[in-house]
Amino acid sequence: MYSTVLLQTCNLSCMRNDRLLFEHLEIELAAGQMLVVEGPNGCGKTSLLRILTGLRLADGGEVRWRGEPIDRLAGDYFEQVNYVGHHDGVKHELSCLENLRLARAMGVPSKRDLDDVLDQVNLYAYGETEVGSLSAGQKRRLALARLLVVDALMWILDEPFTSLDKASMALFSGLFEQHLQQQGVIVMTSHHDISLPTQSLQRLQMGGAA
Amino acid sequence: MFLLRRDLLLALRNRAEYAMPLLFFVLVITLFPLALGAAPELLARIAPGVIWVAALLAAMLSLDSIFRSDFDDGSLEQILLSAHPVAVLVLAKVCAHWLVTGLPLLLVAPLLAEMLGMPAAAQPTLLLTILLGTPILSLIGAIGVALTVGLRKGGIILSLLVLPLYVPVLIFAASATENAATGFDSSAQIYMLLAFLFLSTSLSPWATAAALRMSVS
Repeated sequence: MYSTVLLQTCNLSCMRNDRLLFEHLEIELAAGQMLVVEGPNGCGKTSLLRILTGLRLADGGEVRWRGEPIDRLAGDYFEQVNYVGHHDGVKHELSCLENLRLARAMGVPSKRDLDDVLDQVNLYAYGETEVGSLSAGQKRRLALARLLVVDALMWILDEPFTSLDKASMALFSGLFEQHLQQQGVIVMTSHHDISLPTQSLQRLQMGGAA
Repeated sequence: MFLLRRDLLLALRNRAEYAMPLLFFVLVITLFPLALGAAPELLARIAPGVIWVAALLAAMLSLDSIFRSDFDDGSLEQILLSAHPVAVLVLAKVCAHWLVTGLPLLLVAPLLAEMLGMPAAAQPTLLLTILLGTPILSLIGAIGVALTVGLRKGGIILSLLVLPLYVPVLIFAASATENAATGFDSSAQIYMLLAFLFLSTSLSPWATAAALRMSVS
């Protein structure tokens, strides 16, 4: 069982503006498991996620991927991570297809066809449309479509359901489930109550002091 | 490569914004003869300095665009989390930036040099210094932008950071052109610029990548 633990944190702590957000945080995620981070605004959910991606340095403790500290793995770790943050990270001046093509070139390309991916997130008709003219929810769907164009084992999602409608939420919940079945790992924050597969779900409640 | 293509494509779609530095360069230089009056000898003498000061300011004007929009829309995080080495991606972005802002300066410079009455013998040297010098400006500038992109009003700090580093380029480039205009040999200055270029090409992407990591975290 131990061999399948992918992501692990040891005694993780984080400060922000001289305020302690969390300390002694221990997370252990095995292949096929999902962690939902919950808590009030400003309790450090995003900071935690950014520490897990390696974008932000932890103020104490370390994050391990397959037992190795991530700062030592660097590029090998980034290959495994797919992060969709607060910002969509899509270029408004480019079309949907151009954005996905770029996202694919930046990581380890998956075998999926770009048109199929757009179809899957219901953006097929907008392939050549400039992203700037899409609605907020459509942009979000495009940002999440990035998850499908590269092969990464770990998905780190910051409020993935912001501005999505009910149908899209169900759609992406289904995709998350699929990813878990393929032995992936998901860490996400969410304020939404959504139906997620419970057997592989861990919940982390943060910000008791807030 | 794909990032280079993307940035060029973005520049093409935001033409107006990227034409600003070039317009600035041309305007500053055309205003000099108007302000100084009809004094062809004086103009020819100050031409190397004027062109280079204008090029330097135009380069500074365009610096912020290297990383600003990527920082604002979250693409920068994606670049840092890419499976490729960040330094290589940074180099691609700087290349794109130079092609969009430095190369046009090189193309209009002969015209402006002619307008200021610079001796024909000095013009190849002028072009050579611009060809070697403007990439250095982009490379050094990238470090400065990477350090300040996380600040809301980083403009002033950026100029304070970057300007001292630009001064050597300005001195050697202007003096090379000056020498060529007065008929002396200017190879020493050209070699110096070449050395700067190699140094900044090899070091700046790493420094920029490290600075970006700091700005984003």
